[in-house]
Amino acid sequence: MKLSDRLKKWDVLYFFLTNSKFKIGISILLFFILLSIVGPFFIHYKPYEYAGVQGSPPSLEHPLGTNPFGYDLYSQLIVALDGTWLVGLIGGGVATIIGLLIGFFSGYKGGFLDEVLMMFTNILLVIPTIALLVIIASFLNSRSVVLESLIIGLTGWPWVARAVRAQTLSLKSREFVSLSKISGAGTLKIIAEDIAPNMLSYVFMVFILQFGGSILAIVGLSFIGLGPTNSVSLGGMLQDSVLWNALILGYWWWMIPPGIVITFMVASLYFINMAMDEAFNPRLRST
Amino acid sequence: MRKYLTRKIIIYLITFFIAASLDWAIPRLMPGNPVSLIVSRFAQASSGSAAQASVLTKQMFDYFMQAFQLNIPWWEQYALFWRNLLTGNLGISMYLYPEPVINIILSAVPYDILFLLPSILLSFWVGNRIGAWAARSKKADNILLPTFYILTSVPYFWLGILLVWIFGTLLRVLPMSGAFSYSMTPSFTFAFIFDYLKHWILPFLSLFIVSLGGWAIGMRNMIIYELESNYSRYMGSLGASQRLIRKYSYRNAILPQITGLALQLGTIVAGAITTEIVFSYPGIGYILFEGIMNKDYPLIQGCFLFIIAGVLLANFIIDILYMFIDPRVKIAYTEG
Repeated sequence: MKLSDRLKKWDVLYFFLTNSKFKIGISILLFFILLSIVGPFFIHYKPYEYAGVQGSPPSLEHPLGTNPFGYDLYSQLIVALDGTWLVGLIGGGVATIIGLLIGFFSGYKGGFLDEVLMMFTNILLVIPTIALLVIIASFLNSRSVVLESLIIGLTGWPWVARAVRAQTLSLKSREFVSLSKISGAGTLKIIAEDIAPNMLSYVFMVFILQFGGSILAIVGLSFIGLGPTNSVSLGGMLQDSVLWNALILGYWWWMIPPGIVITFMVASLYFINMAMDEAFNPRLRST
Repeated sequence: MRKYLTRKIIIYLITFFIAASLDWAIPRLMPGNPVSLIVSRFAQASSGSAAQASVLTKQMFDYFMQAFQLNIPWWEQYALFWRNLLTGNLGISMYLYPEPVINIILSAVPYDILFLLPSILLSFWVGNRIGAWAARSKKADNILLPTFYILTSVPYFWLGILLVWIFGTLLRVLPMSGAFSYSMTPSFTFAFIFDYLKHWILPFLSLFIVSLGGWAIGMRNMIIYELESNYSRYMGSLGASQRLIRKYSYRNAILPQITGLALQLGTIVAGAITTEIVFSYPGIGYILFEGIMNKDYPLIQGCFLFIIAGVLLANFIIDILYMFIDPRVKIAYTEG
């Protein structure tokens, strides 16, 4: 039994290492991690500091050019990257934890508690998150990155709760759970020892999706003018570029790089998620 | 059937009740007095002499104390809020003073319907078709699936920026913003409709292309599961053609996709808001943006309620359609 378990573990690992989607995803992700570690060493200006000729295209002096205010866009991008990671971690983390707790208890306890929790979840699911975020953010005088990620996490959990509940429902009728129940284990013990370990991979996948979702949420929120008030953000850079006519002026170096960073950051997460999906559901494998 | 509908209607009414209550409560729950916040922010934004500003600030403070009714007990404020809401009174816009918020929003609704409906429905249909096709051939799947994932990772508005840059700035073949040219007046003439479509195509494409990816991924995975299911295997062993089996699995796979459509509406709306900003397209999203930029709180709150109401209505329509598409719903409710 133990040997086969161990073999199974290696099988999944082997699958990851040979899966091209996983390799591509993790490479892009590592590239961005590296960029935000090494990138700051090449910053010579503050994000909002006059750095050189206004609106100059990329050059050795300014790797991503400058905007019409003479700000160095490379500095802005690298600083904004930090905030983006933070939003993904906190927003994705909070949404996953709340969703896990509610999904677990709802699915495991069942009955009235389940009815109430699921009704609450479904109601929140129908209300567009962006609308909630807008109404909360517009009434906050100063908005920090941490505060905004918390709000994003607090509005993003219903998806997780539903998915986790469905998983718990299918797990709780398995034999090993019944066995624990017969031997008198308490709810918390069963959840911690029988159900949670079996859902670990699934929960990790949910976290990855929430990580990407939180990044997209903060980008959208910053773009409509409700981003963090105390720092640069990728969405804020894009908003500036649209408001100050980068499109008409043809300053592609202002509006293209932030979008590429967002797209590939989120896509790399999705690629890793897709590879994990295939690893655990062999039917979905395409190669 | 009636039981199903009443149940759905009750749930949506509760949802709207909660959402509208949040709309009322959030400004009041925030630290500090919402009126002083609004006034202080507005004072920062406006310019003029100090004396002028202080008179203006005083007037605004009085107006908003009146509007928010902060000097009466909270339950009366709440009751008043509902009375105003039910009589269609969403307050007066500050930015477009003295235009009532409801009029501003209603003038934007037609643009939203003509923009959102085609892009949502077409992307749903095309996305499902492409997804089903990807599930069919392993070769296509290897290229298509990663493409779909990249598409869903693109922020809607950034694709819009990209499209404007390519077609507006570089190629100069399509207009960059607005719903129609300034020289035109809306009418049912060929020239106007052509002009309208020219302005419409890029916003449409940005919403269409990004949401297409998500539908395709969902359909691809569903079809793969359906083809493995017992009924497909049974049909196969009876000698049914692959074509027929795929047809049946598509019909089964479309059901969760339709439920997904209802759940995804919120995300699509978020995408539409940001896309409208890129194109200065005069829908509710753009109005909301102007409200945010000009600190027009009544307008922001009005847009919030309208977006919620629109999404709930769309959800309800999808529920009704679902009842006709999936006969199991009807049976479950007539037997129970």
